[in-house]
Amino acid sequence: MLGVLRRKVACQGAHAWGLEQGLRVIASRALSSSAKETMTVRDALNSALDEEMSADPKVFVMGEEVGEYQGAYKITKGLLNKYGPERVLDTPITEAGFAGIGVGAAYYGLKPVIEFMTFNFSMQAIDHIINSAAKSNYMSSGQISVPIVFRGPNGAAAGVGAQHSQCYAAWFGACPGLKVLTPYSSEDARGLLKAAIRDPDPVVFLENELLYGESFPVSAEVLDSSFCLPIGKAKIEREGKDVTITAFSKMVGYALQAADILAKEGFSAEVINLRSIRPLDRAAINASVRKTNRLVTVEEGFPQHGVGAEICASVLEDSFEYLDAAVERISGADVPMPYAANLERMAVPQVEDIVRAAKRTCYRSTALAATA
Amino acid sequence: MGSWLARSRNIQYLLKRNICFFDKTHSLLHANSSYKTLPPYETPHGFCASVLSFRRSESTMAGKQAQADDDDGNQSIEFPGGRVGFTTEMDFISEVTDKRVPCYRLLDDDGFLISGTTFEQPDRETAARMYESMLSLQIMDTIFYEAQRQGRLSFYLTSTGEEAINIATAAALSPDDIILPQYREPGILLWRGFSMEEFASQCFGTKDGRGKGRQMPVHYGSNSHNFFTVSSPIATQLPQAAGVAYSLKMDGKEACAVAFTGDGGTSEGDFHAGMNFAAVMEAPVLFICRNNGWAISTPISQQFRSDGVVVKGQAYGIRSIRVDGNDALAVYSAIRAAREMVVREQKPVLVEALTYRVGHHSTSDDSTKYRSVSEIEQWRSTGNPMTRFRNWVLANGWWTDEHETELRGTIRKQVLKAIQVAEKTHKPPLEDLFSDVYDKTPSNLQEQEKSLRETINKYKQDFPADVPL
Repeated sequence: MLGVLRRKVACQGAHAWGLEQGLRVIASRALSSSAKETMTVRDALNSALDEEMSADPKVFVMGEEVGEYQGAYKITKGLLNKYGPERVLDTPITEAGFAGIGVGAAYYGLKPVIEFMTFNFSMQAIDHIINSAAKSNYMSSGQISVPIVFRGPNGAAAGVGAQHSQCYAAWFGACPGLKVLTPYSSEDARGLLKAAIRDPDPVVFLENELLYGESFPVSAEVLDSSFCLPIGKAKIEREGKDVTITAFSKMVGYALQAADILAKEGFSAEVINLRSIRPLDRAAINASVRKTNRLVTVEEGFPQHGVGAEICASVLEDSFEYLDAAVERISGADVPMPYAANLERMAVPQVEDIVRAAKRTCYRSTALAATA
Repeated sequence: MGSWLARSRNIQYLLKRNICFFDKTHSLLHANSSYKTLPPYETPHGFCASVLSFRRSESTMAGKQAQADDDDGNQSIEFPGGRVGFTTEMDFISEVTDKRVPCYRLLDDDGFLISGTTFEQPDRETAARMYESMLSLQIMDTIFYEAQRQGRLSFYLTSTGEEAINIATAAALSPDDIILPQYREPGILLWRGFSMEEFASQCFGTKDGRGKGRQMPVHYGSNSHNFFTVSSPIATQLPQAAGVAYSLKMDGKEACAVAFTGDGGTSEGDFHAGMNFAAVMEAPVLFICRNNGWAISTPISQQFRSDGVVVKGQAYGIRSIRVDGNDALAVYSAIRAAREMVVREQKPVLVEALTYRVGHHSTSDDSTKYRSVSEIEQWRSTGNPMTRFRNWVLANGWWTDEHETELRGTIRKQVLKAIQVAEKTHKPPLEDLFSDVYDKTPSNLQEQEKSLRETINKYKQDFPADVPL
């Protein structure tokens, strides 16, 4: 499917759908201030891009299929029509090329938003992201800042195999010089993308393909064009007192479902939506663990050197005496993602895995094999 | 001819005649490119070579004439990119041409002006300054290299043999042009006013200068001189230059981005991406390739099989020229012309400067291990860029040997002093370990710095005494 998407398809007569949607939302807001609006993550991202491009002429979008095709996942729909080909650039197929060009443009002072069709392809550009974008401010002793945003879907979709399913949060999260964000809801998507574009440092913005179509309620504040979320602050999605569950991106939804199931069985789980992998909100995580005394970390990516490993280390260092049980890490299987549906299901965390892990932290008295 | 008659009987063929005037006249319109003269061909029936065979003529197999004869000239297809004519001759474009693309030069091997040439010559002041800068660069390289050998510096790399490229290019550009170097172009900084003290500060990683001790030696960078900080990975600056150029274009500035690479750098994927993109985006980048024959120990023959780098320009739709990199006058002239094209037409141009890396790749290399000493010596003497340019300025009465001797002495003293001072200057303070990772130092780094200070104060004996806190 992605092979089809990568072929450039001329799309005539596209209209600024994102803008219309925004207008409709604002209009209905005026009529009834108490009605809860909902917005898909896709629209949230689109409207955030639209508003930031409108506010700052230095912001421009670049990537494969972002213009005429309206975006491989329609995140950039309508932008070409509204801002023209100078600010929405369709590129030849070269991640190294357009990442490099984006970095160069950022060096000079523009604010590129570079889209990778999936972060799996960002590996072809990783030298530019790490050696150039992340390190330039430091190496040039502050002379060259790189206000660039690299965004795109990250992690597993459905049935796309090993080279389209890896989660890169841990890899990018390891690099000083980068900021790494992982939105979950539409509010996250809008607020964090705006923050990322406005930030003078290079930001890796990890979205999730399966979340694009999901709708979330958004308040009037979120819909305002000046809305912005702070980078480096996690969100307590659900308060609880028995066990802390940390998650990011799609896994937040799973963690919330697990919390519902646990609640029915008498466990009160606190779900933390990390929102920011680097900087990691260690304060929030530790504060929560000091309250609940138990921790389950959840991520889609590979277990070794994952985000969960860093969270474990942080909690051990800062809140050791508060732990009443060993930390549980739920992660993807330590294999390249298989394609067959049954195998794929076995390779990614499921809600039941989270539920069982949470229960284990609550009952646990003997060492168990580290399987979910 | 018989086949032509048979074809002409075909009514359809006559109706679909496509008269395009891509004949010899058309080829002359591209006179400012470095195409060699097209082989003469007949056009007996007034039809012309198609665009395809016009481009092919450069690499046509020996002896093939009558381009007009081997394709219909009538039937063609409007293909994305332009009309393509058809041919019934199965002709492969040769992988090599009989004649290599010629190299533009103005001074002969001994530095005498080749007669009959017209060129934009630098005035007396500029020429004298050029030679003086080449001298400074050479002396600076020699002394810094020696300092590394003596263990006073960790690393250094010289531009020996490439002084003309360094200085003549710098002189031909405008100070507003933004340089994205590889790493063998410190002469540009020198020309733009970077002092010996600043070079030394960077190499020794002192608290002075702007480097804050962040980078290894020769990785200079200076915003105020429009010289982007040197980055070690090869060729990454090429697509970045296209980005910078695009930004300049959006700003409507009368300046261009100038990206350097060596012969080895053209093998990187980024070379392809940078060139292709600059052409597609019509970004004002001047790509300068210093083809100096060696990429550490890899000779040209193992780097690519094309006729050098200049022929690659056309593959991307980029105008290109090959110039004698050891002829400062030719480099000056060519770069001035190329820069003018880039800025005026807002599209990329490629300049391949042929030269030789007389020195080792760096202080970590001993090139006598993979090339003969006689080859090195031969290039050091014959066609040496310094000698050739000196003979020219001498001949013009713009330079004297006495002045040179005096200048050599002065520069030498200056460089030695700069090194002595830099050696004794304090290294950067502790806070420079943690600053500039991000725009604003984040709380975790502030904590780490505080914690480190406390540890140093507590265990002073475990830390070097010369770390300013």
